[in-house]
Amino acid sequence: METATPIPVADAKIPLSPWQLFWQRLKRRRIAMAGGIILIVLYTVALLAGFIAPYHYEHLDTKYSFHPPVWPRLQGLHLVVPRYVESTNVFSYHLVPNDTKPVHFFVHGDKYKLLGFIPASIHLFGSGDSDYPVYLFGADQFGRDVFSRLLYGSQISLSIGVIGILLSFVFGMIIGGISGYFSGVTDTVIMRFCELIMSVPALYLIISLRGTFPPGMSSAQVYAMIVIILSFIGWAGMARVIRGMTLSLREQQFVLAARAAGATPIRIITRHILPNTFSYVIVAATLSVPYYILGEVVLSFLGVGIQEPSASWGNMLTAAQNTEYLRNFPWLLAPGAAIFVTVLAFNFLGDGLRDAADTKSL
Amino acid sequence: MVPLLLGVSLLTFLLMRLAPGDYFTAMSQNPQITPETIARLRAQYHADAAWYVQWFFWIKSIVLHGDFGYSMAYKIPATSLIIGRLWNTFLLSFFALLIAWLVALPLGIWAAVRKDSWVDRGCSLVAFVGLSVPDVLLSLLALWFAASTGWFPVGGAQNPTAFLMSPWQQFLDRAYHLILPALVLAAADLAGIMRQMRSNLLDTLRAEYVTSARARGLAEGWVIYKHALRNAINPLLTIFGYSLAALLSGAFIVENIMAWPGLGRLTMEAFFAKDSYLVVDCVVMATALLIIGNFVADLLLAWSDPRIRMK
Repeated sequence: METATPIPVADAKIPLSPWQLFWQRLKRRRIAMAGGIILIVLYTVALLAGFIAPYHYEHLDTKYSFHPPVWPRLQGLHLVVPRYVESTNVFSYHLVPNDTKPVHFFVHGDKYKLLGFIPASIHLFGSGDSDYPVYLFGADQFGRDVFSRLLYGSQISLSIGVIGILLSFVFGMIIGGISGYFSGVTDTVIMRFCELIMSVPALYLIISLRGTFPPGMSSAQVYAMIVIILSFIGWAGMARVIRGMTLSLREQQFVLAARAAGATPIRIITRHILPNTFSYVIVAATLSVPYYILGEVVLSFLGVGIQEPSASWGNMLTAAQNTEYLRNFPWLLAPGAAIFVTVLAFNFLGDGLRDAADTKSL
Repeated sequence: MVPLLLGVSLLTFLLMRLAPGDYFTAMSQNPQITPETIARLRAQYHADAAWYVQWFFWIKSIVLHGDFGYSMAYKIPATSLIIGRLWNTFLLSFFALLIAWLVALPLGIWAAVRKDSWVDRGCSLVAFVGLSVPDVLLSLLALWFAASTGWFPVGGAQNPTAFLMSPWQQFLDRAYHLILPALVLAAADLAGIMRQMRSNLLDTLRAEYVTSARARGLAEGWVIYKHALRNAINPLLTIFGYSLAALLSGAFIVENIMAWPGLGRLTMEAFFAKDSYLVVDCVVMATALLIIGNFVADLLLAWSDPRIRMK
């Protein structure tokens, strides 16, 4: 071992820790880094949604139903938004020539709570005039800004993935560790139960689980419910893999040493066995987040998840199910594009993490 | 297989029982139905018995009469309802699988043989995008496409006037309605199979028996298709079993968005109507479909790999 030999020279190379090696390998994969950066941006935007969104998610203006997307353009030194007025046809708008309003930064607008607790009313941008709406991605059937709702929706859709993963993976790791360490009857019972859960196609099980919750729950309760349902489905697969890894790890000498030193089974499982599965778990978690995000999207889309007027990417897409709306107002698909970008970023990052964790590949 | 189905049905019964209210609670809101009728119906369907007792009666009627209970909302026996829907889901999944494999295998082989060419790069880019497009978005895009071009029907499994057509026209009508949903479902599956095929074939092409086959002067096509491909296919057949679960969940979404009257759509309808027997039946049927699919995958694997037949 290099650490045992004294190193007299000051600029001698200190061996890198496994995590530093991992980081070096990851940095070399540009696509994975791009995925990571996209995710950092998405999560930051979600955190500051109230500030970046020009409107509150409940802000509605029924005279602007299905208002087309408005993009600010440069006029002289100012960014300006054009004005649209409704034509004689319903939901059809036309541009008013030479009628623009400058877009200001840091304008006063709808009240919101920054980070969930700081009351504020300053928005990153806006026209400050309700006759000149800044609807970057257009408006929905109630005249609500799709872009603002997309940002507020990302708070729900993006966080559910991460919280769901944390819950189900921690649970799966502990159950899997116990199952593999004790084996015997405990193992058989737990594994049969896992197989039971895994043998039902996920969405069918999700819907039957959804039925056990009462209707008319508050938004926070629905959020918790979705996390619980998705975690209930997700832990089984994790537990099976961790069990398999535990079966081989528990025969290793360091476990024997820990046992000889008198460590309790729970301590051996949590402190000695499970840390050895972390590199697998991190990769698996990154690649599984999309399934949790999509789980929320599908539940809300089908009308049994996050309810209006709260915004989530799933319930925003419900409006796009109406083919008449979809054909005339394709911007209703914007949440779909957001889901796509998020899932793609997670897949990029997860793939890179997997390659970087696989020391044999280099 | 049977114990698993029993377990799944028991679990679903428990979940249905945990659900607040049942079909009869909704019925009692209707002033036209007397409380006596409801009480009689409750007794008839053992609505007040414990969930495991209900489960026992349910199993008994299936075993004795092949009867899957009665759909409260549709007012017809659940068996007739389910069989039609099960057939639709099977059709959709089967053709989606067929399309996915018929497209993915040649593409995967092509990408592996021409490794690092523009074909390979193009395929892997498409695969990455394909893996990340959610079924929900893809179905909505297909719906959009159907609605704006008018080339495909917007939802449904057949024309409302199909019963007036000749059998051949009916068949064509079904196929015409099936194309778009099956393509959407296939696209979701395709990317994964293609990537797997490519990496498997690349692995086997590095094997020494491939080098020796080449050294003996065999034609390159013979080496790839006769020697390497046979071994590269085996891991894929294992994937086939796993991918079925994702396929059935995907079918659930596609059915609900594109109005394909299959099991997934029936589950949602039954769920909203609090038609608990029907929900249980649907979940059990979907599980059975998955288990049978896995069994077929095992058979295929045994057929393709002599080492497994030996065991």
